Amino acid sequence: MKDILSELQDRRDNARLGGGQKRIDAQHAKGKLTARERIELLLDEGSFEEYDMFVAHRCTDFDMQDNRPYGDGVVTGWGTINGRMVYVFSQDFTVLGGSVSATHAQKICKIMDMAMQNGAPVIGLNDSGGARIQEGVDALAGYAEIFQRNIMASGVVPQISVIMGPCAGGAVYSPAMTDFIFMVRDSSYMFVTGPDVVKTVTNEHVTAEELGGASTHTRKSSVADGAFENDVEALAEVRRLVDFLPLNNREKPPVRPFFDDVDRIERSLDTLIPENANTPYDMKELIVKVADEGDFYEIQEDFARNIITGFIRLEGQSVGVVANQPMVLAGCLDIDSSRKAARFVRFCDAFEIPILTFVDVPGFLPGTAQEYGGVIKHGAKLLFAYGEATVPKVTVITRKAYGGAYDVMASKHLRGDLNYAWPTAEIAVMGAKGATEILYRSELADKDKIGARTKEYEDRFANPFVAAERGFIDEVIQPKSTRKRVARAFAMLRNKKLSNPWKKHDNIPL
Amino acid sequence: MFDKILIANRGEIACRVIKTARKMGIKTVAVYSDADKHALHVEMADEAVHIGPPQANQSYIVIDKIMGAIAQSGAQAVHPGYGFLSENPKFAMALEAAGVAFIGPPVKAIEAMGDKITSKKIAQEAGVSTVPGYMGLIEDAEEAVKISQQVGYPVMIKASAGGGGKGMRIAWNDTEAREGFQSSKNEAASSFGDDRIFIEKFVTQPRHIEIQVLCDAHGNGIYLNERECSIQRRNQKVVEEAPSPFLDKATRKAMGEQAVALAKAVGYASAGTVEFIVDGQRNFYFLEMNTRLQVEHPVTELITGVDLVEQMIRVANGEPLSITQDDVKINGWAIENRLYAEDPYRGFLPSIGRLTRYRPPAEGPLGDGIVRNDTGVFEGGEISMYYDPMIAKLCTWAPTREQAIEVMRNALDSFEVEGIGHNLPFVAAVMDHPKFMSGDMTTAFIAEEYPDGFQGVTLGGEQLRRVAAACAAMNRVAEIRRTRVSGRLDNHERRVGSDWAVALQGQSFDVTIAADHDGSTVRFADGEALRVEGDWTPGDSLARMVVDGDPLVLKVDKITQGFRIRTRGADLKVHVRTPRQAQLAALMPEKLPPDTSKLLLCPMPGLIVKINVAEGDAVQEGQPLCTVEAMKMENILRAERSGTVSKINAAAGDSLAVDDVIMEFE
Repeated sequence: MKDILSELQDRRDNARLGGGQKRIDAQHAKGKLTARERIELLLDEGSFEEYDMFVAHRCTDFDMQDNRPYGDGVVTGWGTINGRMVYVFSQDFTVLGGSVSATHAQKICKIMDMAMQNGAPVIGLNDSGGARIQEGVDALAGYAEIFQRNIMASGVVPQISVIMGPCAGGAVYSPAMTDFIFMVRDSSYMFVTGPDVVKTVTNEHVTAEELGGASTHTRKSSVADGAFENDVEALAEVRRLVDFLPLNNREKPPVRPFFDDVDRIERSLDTLIPENANTPYDMKELIVKVADEGDFYEIQEDFARNIITGFIRLEGQSVGVVANQPMVLAGCLDIDSSRKAARFVRFCDAFEIPILTFVDVPGFLPGTAQEYGGVIKHGAKLLFAYGEATVPKVTVITRKAYGGAYDVMASKHLRGDLNYAWPTAEIAVMGAKGATEILYRSELADKDKIGARTKEYEDRFANPFVAAERGFIDEVIQPKSTRKRVARAFAMLRNKKLSNPWKKHDNIPL
Repeated sequence: MFDKILIANRGEIACRVIKTARKMGIKTVAVYSDADKHALHVEMADEAVHIGPPQANQSYIVIDKIMGAIAQSGAQAVHPGYGFLSENPKFAMALEAAGVAFIGPPVKAIEAMGDKITSKKIAQEAGVSTVPGYMGLIEDAEEAVKISQQVGYPVMIKASAGGGGKGMRIAWNDTEAREGFQSSKNEAASSFGDDRIFIEKFVTQPRHIEIQVLCDAHGNGIYLNERECSIQRRNQKVVEEAPSPFLDKATRKAMGEQAVALAKAVGYASAGTVEFIVDGQRNFYFLEMNTRLQVEHPVTELITGVDLVEQMIRVANGEPLSITQDDVKINGWAIENRLYAEDPYRGFLPSIGRLTRYRPPAEGPLGDGIVRNDTGVFEGGEISMYYDPMIAKLCTWAPTREQAIEVMRNALDSFEVEGIGHNLPFVAAVMDHPKFMSGDMTTAFIAEEYPDGFQGVTLGGEQLRRVAAACAAMNRVAEIRRTRVSGRLDNHERRVGSDWAVALQGQSFDVTIAADHDGSTVRFADGEALRVEGDWTPGDSLARMVVDGDPLVLKVDKITQGFRIRTRGADLKVHVRTPRQAQLAALMPEKLPPDTSKLLLCPMPGLIVKINVAEGDAVQEGQPLCTVEAMKMENILRAERSGTVSKINAAAGDSLAVDDVIMEFE
């Protein structure tokens, strides 16, 4: 009996060693941790329950029957993050390069099925050389099995991907369909076709880092939602994100004890809006000063910086924030910012996270690049996302809310629950100058006259009261009491029930 | 007494004067430029009059505008503060002509002390010790050499109208005297339009010590002891204290009496300051007299209990002094630190912008002493480019110098300023500098002790452990809170352990925390145990801890797995990890700070409005390079580091796309 028990122990030790000490050392030398070390950092100490430790592939082509390591290049199971359950798979680059075989994919699918059934997020730690060539179409089938589950899980449980090594070819499409992708700087890259193929086909010379490194995907492509310095930091920050998210779509977003004053008055917000309407200010200051404890988890910080998205807590409860950023492109909407915010709004709506919107938007960015790029359809994504969202929606207009962009930014007309404006708000069809130039075209030659018209327009329309008279603004609030007003608004909306008409699914302008 | 006075100034000094006027039941009138519309002094005053555009030479120093504000408000007297019009005889004359009282000395006294040569002559005649030198005008370089030889090297060659180090040269021999004379003369001519030069003995181991005098219009005059202002950066005072750690009773008395003699000789009636330079043997020499309230007057007020502004107002109202020399005592010790919006890590470049956070320590008792903070700014206010970059004057008082310094350290640690660069870490470093602590300093202190600028502070061993212990305890609180999130798996909650590894400043400490109801005992691997108490909770930007019975105040920002901590002039990342996390973190590669390339890229699609530099220009870190307009907003792009512009690829009027190269550096 004792022998049998110790044999299990031996087998476990063997499995835990993955590809062996030499490969573990090589992994460390690259600045990367092993699959199991990563899980240790991701989960609460000692909480990991591993499954399928002894799974091995069944491939016999290319003499693969002689190389059947335990685990087959991926470690799977579940554990807790601050006591809350999550499922995790972590690809083991030390075992057959973390390549995906039929059995490797099966392991991932097994825990994804459990996550769906038991209502908990799936976190994938990706570090894989790609499909296991030796398995041919079996490997491809494995990928597709994972894809299908990613699709089914979307909107049911949160899915988070952390790219911690290579992720190339078809492999990218699993992370691509998850809710968040994070990368590790200098040690991870993602692309559909690698630099060699690029060179052969298009004659472009590009390094893996340039083609698909963290910088590329956080700044240019927007594939990734964030990047971190190293494995340790990335995993700690994923834990921090999970603290904001519900475990599934039937659960309320989490609440945790907070050490902040709900009624906190921030006098400095009274002077946030500069005297000159053309001077930018940092919208992040408002977000941080409204948030519990000044804690803000930003999503896609480096992409389309003219709009800010991320999570805060109010009274301990998660809230998604969308805000125009006057510091970049005057905070206008364009293709990238609309796409970025639309995806964020839909995530929040799918997981019952209330949405707070801060508005200072002068309109949509003009230009051929925008029109040719399809700003009409991309801009409509944000409009659509806000309009279909049924979660509590609170909006604060701090300064400009002009034209169609006013409508888009969670306006009253898109079922905004509470729409506030600061006294500095200007809710109008457009800026005074532009409006008078159209309305009084015949007087354009006379500078004094047009100046007087502009002033007249400003006095009449460059304020929140025209909208407030119509009830489009529920209340004009003091900037300094924004936190209190917004927190009370969400408190009032805690039992909000709203549903959209039955449909198979909508047809958002993709 | 006056019913209403106007303060012809702005910022902290205007606020300071308003406070005393209010205490005396006098109404106040503020003046303000466009840039100061929402300034604190405007809010504090009973009335405010707008006097023009932001530039001081179009507002605060335009006599007609101030006179207009006086007429409009009906103020009976004017306090000029310091700077601006405070030592302008024409202003005093204009007030006299209008029948408005000037809360300052008579015109004659301002004029007499306004010129370096005249003032020195008067001082000599009044029996005041002056630096040996030649007072007359010097014809040419040869005469300059001859005089230098008579005075004895080293000598200082100075412009009569000079100030701020301009037109000033030190010569150690004939050649240097010849060259120095010529360059001083040229510089004086171009800077002041007055090329008169004089030569005097150059004082070695100099300390700047000044005497506060107070005279009335009835011939009474007293001195209110001295202030030492030796800690200066390029002739700008940074730290001041009263009394001086260097003076003895006899020297103090001699200096005080000579200062009063000088004041009386010019018919002085108000508060004034006689500045002396004091050498290593306590020989003192007259430098100049400032015929106004000094910036650093609070330290005198703190040790004498005299409200100098009140005395100035009473004297201007014709009242005789109510205190005699015998009433003036030295009570304890006072220190002032000037907080400037100057970034010490960037060569003290002025920093402007919005004060996103401004929380000075509470005025009143702190530790063994008291805190006073004279300020003219507020959270959410703007530090503008138009005026002096001073944010506040933080003063502490305590029975002894050591205690006053200790109170200052804690006051600085709890002073929160965010949004702009400022010199808080630097003055904090000075407070911990052994030379300053010993009181053994000269005016060369900053130049000698920080020759390469300020690089931040490295905490010493024991202080480092105290910070590590506090962070370990704070991190435990934060981690326990995280485990209280809703949606936990019952009976499988996370348990926060007691063993932690604290990494900071390149060192790592393994600690074990034993927490109880009142705090934590943090035990280090070598057995040392530190008791940490405090009511810090996550999100607090300031942690007021008590470590081993002594206060430790930390500025706290959350970072991944730890905190950014600022204390005692140090700025450090502190990581608190479980032993296993620390073990794995040690495997992570150390990454060099990214090599930001030698290009200035256009950060957004936009129009180049202006290029501020030319090819071949040497630029300083923070210097504006060009302005890009995007969506009708002007964005100033600044140099990220010092360098030389090698190529400019864009011109004003060009439309650029994101990442287009605007200019290149060598």
